[in-house]
Amino acid sequence: MSFINYSSREINCKIVYYGPGLGGKTTNLQFIYEKTNSDSRGKMISLATETERTLFFDFLPLALGTIRGFKTRFHLYTVPGQVFYDASRKLILKGVDGVVFVADSQLERMDANIESVENLKENLMEQGYDLAKLPYVTQYNKRDLDNIATIEELQASLNPLNVPWFEAVAPKGPGVFETLKAVAKRVLLELKKSGS
Amino acid sequence: MSMPLSNFVLYEEDFVKIDEEIKKLHLQTNAKMVFLVDRDGQLITSCGENENMDTTSLASLTAGNIAATGGMAKLIGEKEFSILFHEGEKDNIHITIIGRRVILVIIFDQRSSLGLVRLRVKKSAEALTRIFEEIQQKKQQGEGKESEGLGSPLEEITDEDIDRLFG
Repeated sequence: MSFINYSSREINCKIVYYGPGLGGKTTNLQFIYEKTNSDSRGKMISLATETERTLFFDFLPLALGTIRGFKTRFHLYTVPGQVFYDASRKLILKGVDGVVFVADSQLERMDANIESVENLKENLMEQGYDLAKLPYVTQYNKRDLDNIATIEELQASLNPLNVPWFEAVAPKGPGVFETLKAVAKRVLLELKKSGS
Repeated sequence: MSMPLSNFVLYEEDFVKIDEEIKKLHLQTNAKMVFLVDRDGQLITSCGENENMDTTSLASLTAGNIAATGGMAKLIGEKEFSILFHEGEKDNIHITIIGRRVILVIIFDQRSSLGLVRLRVKKSAEALTRIFEEIQQKKQQGEGKESEGLGSPLEEITDEDIDRLFG
């Protein structure tokens, strides 16, 4: 749910990065943080365990510039990917405007990817959202590794809605901003459609 | 299936009322800082010693905090915990849910007290609840459309506008 403040002339939107554990959601945010001018981003908050696994969420506020005189801000969140943190994932999805699914391209993570997409659908549905109607893009991460599934395989298993998808290597950057741009664009177009 | 909630739109006149109430509360409680956050973690307004305060992060963590304790409440059969209090060595944080929709946060030190904060918050919560109910009513009656005359930024967004955001 976007927040439009006519007084301060701001539009705020919430984007959630979803996906299986160790798939690179936090790495996406870290890369965006590192490559964004410090004027346009806030502090990145990571609520993680001692072993740097996401415990609750990562948060990165990003100011992208102005549209029609309105400052456009995106709040990027990740969810904890590990299966047993489902209660936390549900909370973070509240008020979401757009979703990025970060899939792990490695063959041995296919089951985890499929389970996570199903989990995303269920958790959204519990809150009255329909994934098919939400601004949504998919990222196939870790494309630089050896033991990976083909794009055809990934598409067939994880993207039945055929939403925009991107190949990525999150620690190095390819695909990271393309993914963000695509989801941000869809969120803004949805806002336009709903006429605020 | 429709989306559960529409966007939260705040117009100038409502914002001014909210902001005045927050400023009043800041004075009355003698707090370091008072701020109001949407349940989704968006900062609505803040007042006080906030130059060196990362209010965006505070807002997001406050919402996360409320969400987490709300989840705990449901597990034990409560609707929600409407008041949270965190006590520190010097500074304390008092958090209240207003009208199930927004979160009022007060950061205070020894210049104030928990009793004073609780007392003043109670009054302010009623006032703020009324303001947000009015906003909701206006929205339902469709009066919010008046802004279109001023040029709603959203309807005129073009693909080029969006592309320009990313340079």
